[in-house]
Amino acid sequence: MDKRRIYLDNSATTATAVEVRDAMLPYFHEAMGNPNSLHSWGRESRKAVDEARESVASLIGASAGDIIFTGSGSAADNLAVKGAAWSARGGKKHVITSAVEHHAVLRTVQWLGKNGFDVTILPVDEYGAVSPEALEGAIRPDTILASVMYANNEVGTINPIAKLGGICKTKGILFHTDAVQAAGHIPLDVRELPVDMLTMSAHKMYGPKGIGALYLRKGVKLTPVLHGGGQEFGLASGTENVPGIVGFGAAARLAEKLFAAGEAERLTKLREKLLDGIVERIPDSFVTGHRTERLPFLASVCVRRIEGEGMVLRLDFVGVGVSSGSACTSGSLDPSHVLLAMGLDHATSHGSVRLSLGRETSEDDIDYVLGKFPPIVETLRKMSPYKG
Amino acid sequence: MYNDKVVDYFMNPRNVGSIDGANGVGEVGNPKCGDVMKVYLDIDGNDVIRDVKFETFGCAAAIATSSMATELVKGLTVDEAMKLTNKDVANELGGLPPQKLHCSLLAEEALHAAIADYKNRKSGASCAEYCNACVPDDEEDSYVPENSRVSD
Repeated sequence: MDKRRIYLDNSATTATAVEVRDAMLPYFHEAMGNPNSLHSWGRESRKAVDEARESVASLIGASAGDIIFTGSGSAADNLAVKGAAWSARGGKKHVITSAVEHHAVLRTVQWLGKNGFDVTILPVDEYGAVSPEALEGAIRPDTILASVMYANNEVGTINPIAKLGGICKTKGILFHTDAVQAAGHIPLDVRELPVDMLTMSAHKMYGPKGIGALYLRKGVKLTPVLHGGGQEFGLASGTENVPGIVGFGAAARLAEKLFAAGEAERLTKLREKLLDGIVERIPDSFVTGHRTERLPFLASVCVRRIEGEGMVLRLDFVGVGVSSGSACTSGSLDPSHVLLAMGLDHATSHGSVRLSLGRETSEDDIDYVLGKFPPIVETLRKMSPYKG
Repeated sequence: MYNDKVVDYFMNPRNVGSIDGANGVGEVGNPKCGDVMKVYLDIDGNDVIRDVKFETFGCAAAIATSSMATELVKGLTVDEAMKLTNKDVANELGGLPPQKLHCSLLAEEALHAAIADYKNRKSGASCAEYCNACVPDDEEDSYVPENSRVSD
């Protein structure tokens, strides 16, 4: 039995970096003040929150005052989409999104559709990308907002965000992008990028779980989703998660270090080796998503004639952690909405596997996976009624 | 999520493969839904299942239940085998997660279809008199399913 353990599910979550954890630790016990308190305990926490806000803002070229900390990436998505829609309530009533969004956006928009708003869900091309023409064609005089993800979490395809945002700016509608998978992994700069709102999440970039952030361009009006004590500029009430916020700040600083050290280039090379190796060694397998306009760390493939869960479990058995968009881990029988929207048929979509690399992934790990994966497919195919 | 017995039957499935000259073959499921099972039966002159093999496209639960079901019916008469239910199979495996119980239906239905095929061959009757497992359903495709499987 192999003792080796290789975690290739960094799109699901990353390990909190040791330096991030160490930065957080004092804020659980010693520096435990509520940042809203006037005394020295409170001021100490407030200072830490302010510094973290600076770090997170700096990662995307924003000012500290444009960053709203939320309880998660999903909370930030909900604030952006519902907040903008509710703010326009009584006037405009149309919201646009894409078919391949994370459910934090997709289901939020669908919920708006059931509650008095009109919804357009844009199709995507074979790579999972939204075309600027499709977006432009969908905008109506009463459109409030378009929300299109920066990069897809299942196949890694990066959308033409500058163009999509540019169209929205010209047409005078708000543009939100869920950049949860992209932030900290590809350089983002809101001074150049025409986005009004951008979602990030700490735990996708070596920070802790339970803390997200929304970048909000000055002048954009949102109605809060959470009402209460008015924290986070009145947009995300609730006592600040100080250790989480501090961790997010440390993760943002780490991300800048990783950019400078060429981590994206290193991962791109490993990703390409992995993708080439899989399609070379596994007959009837193919890469899903765009080959170059793609997150550096995300490899995704479909293997025909077998189902994804079997591959995930057998890879786990040899110490490799990956995920699949196949059905069957829930009551639903439908595979990934992303792959279906890209035009893949159901049976093929059931055979999807996502391998997402991280800073601890080595070339040796890739070689190990390339050695273990093909015989697993071979074994499962022997059990399959579908023959090549 | 799965207990050790299920994992064992998934990792080391019994009775995988096909039988040349099988006198009862049943295939059920739908690749759209992510699982298809094919059962091959070799039944002797006394209606006893002498050998049984399966091929399954599906998740770990589908493979494990296929494997267990074939093991349970080997040596039974076809009438005894017809009484096997998906609950028997799931129980023999020590239980399945609730969302996976439907996977065990596949094995029951495939066995029934194979037995129906055998009886059909014997009597020349239409297999639809015994079961409707191979009647396809025509659900609409949906691009926005209720649940996603990739966690993010």
